[in-house]
Amino acid sequence: MTATDLYQRDRTWHPPALTPDYKTSVARAPRLPLLSLQTSASELTGPTFGHTDIAALDNDLIRNYAHGGDPIGERIIVHGRVLDENARPVPNTLVEIWQANAGGRYRHKKDSYLAPIDPNFGGCGRTLTDANGFYSFRTVKPGAYPWRNWVNNWRPAHIHVSVFGTAFAQRLITQMYFEGDPLIAKCPIVQTIPDPRAIDQLVAALDMNASVPLDAIAYKFDIVLRGTRSTYFENRPEGN
Amino acid sequence: MAQPLSYRKESPSQTAGPYVHIGLAPGDAGFDIYATELGRDIAGPNAAGARITVTGTVTDGTGAPVKDVLIEVWQANAAGIYPGTGEVEEGFRGWGRIVPDFDTGLFRFDTIKPGTVMGRNARPMAPHLNLWLVARGLNIGLNTRLYFGDEAQANAADPVLNLIEQAHRRATLIARAEGSTYHFDICLQGDAETVFFDV
Repeated sequence: MTATDLYQRDRTWHPPALTPDYKTSVARAPRLPLLSLQTSASELTGPTFGHTDIAALDNDLIRNYAHGGDPIGERIIVHGRVLDENARPVPNTLVEIWQANAGGRYRHKKDSYLAPIDPNFGGCGRTLTDANGFYSFRTVKPGAYPWRNWVNNWRPAHIHVSVFGTAFAQRLITQMYFEGDPLIAKCPIVQTIPDPRAIDQLVAALDMNASVPLDAIAYKFDIVLRGTRSTYFENRPEGN
Repeated sequence: MAQPLSYRKESPSQTAGPYVHIGLAPGDAGFDIYATELGRDIAGPNAAGARITVTGTVTDGTGAPVKDVLIEVWQANAAGIYPGTGEVEEGFRGWGRIVPDFDTGLFRFDTIKPGTVMGRNARPMAPHLNLWLVARGLNIGLNTRLYFGDEAQANAADPVLNLIEQAHRRATLIARAEGSTYHFDICLQGDAETVFFDV
């Protein structure tokens, strides 16, 4: 199999490693530059997942940890497409999310924030995109929460998102924010991203058309992975 | 004005944060939610080749262990085939997720030793594991490779290791062999900083 190269990752669009206002990055950022590789099979292949890997309720965070009731909070649908930089859909790829509950508390043994755990909310979900790259989750809108960076830093409401694509070099973890949240502009983690247009790419738009009347409000969040480069000047019997 | 180029920009990365386990390894966060957690078994029961264990620690620029890291592994089977590109043993995923001990930061995982994989321009690459690290404080995942200390001859000819200009830094990618166990410490920053790749 001839693997197809990916477009070079634009590391001026992504956050750099060292972003001192996000304090943890200071001791965890490599000092030396990354060594750029022309990709080989090692990077251009990646794991695949199938419907046997996940269960029917895995993308429904309102139900997947319900212990006799529904979680408290604003019922939302998060949906969108996974595309590549050529705007081609990325089908059958694994999308995983995790988040705090409506009060900003994570179900994690290391989270000691005083807001309570919700007994009916786990806070993680996963799904595969369909043949056209579409995915959707149902959940509750997470709350903002404080963190020890500066003494009064608060994360905007966010959902962590992990996506695979078809190549290990497309692997991406990011965070989705919500349209209109005033904490976005104040967050040192958001502001690690140098270009405001790139930040906008992480802000999900309110989507009334996809909302379910009298049930759940929707946000639309498209995810873009690295695109593949056509190799015009090599013989590729399978085509581009 | 030239024609517009209608490319999209890749979604920018953000840190996985301190609670990455909730989403990617909820058992480690302290709760069971999925029937099957993904990434717990890299090679599966039927894989040919030498069974190996890898241990190590990820340290920050002060030398402290990074206890909230999550590492993903991607590798070929013993014949040098990546799943999805050819026939591999049933149950061989070639991919896994590693979470260190929250108290010590020590990680440990079992897999099989991969075979030689063909690199660019038909130059073989020495056996290696691809690693991808995410954690609080890492704004974008870090890619690196683990090579095997008992493959000195193949490592000496490896086209990627040989791209590293400062020859002494190649050693940061070579795991120390002790029988079937390989010790691989990853240093995010400082004098012994591991080589990371932009792939």
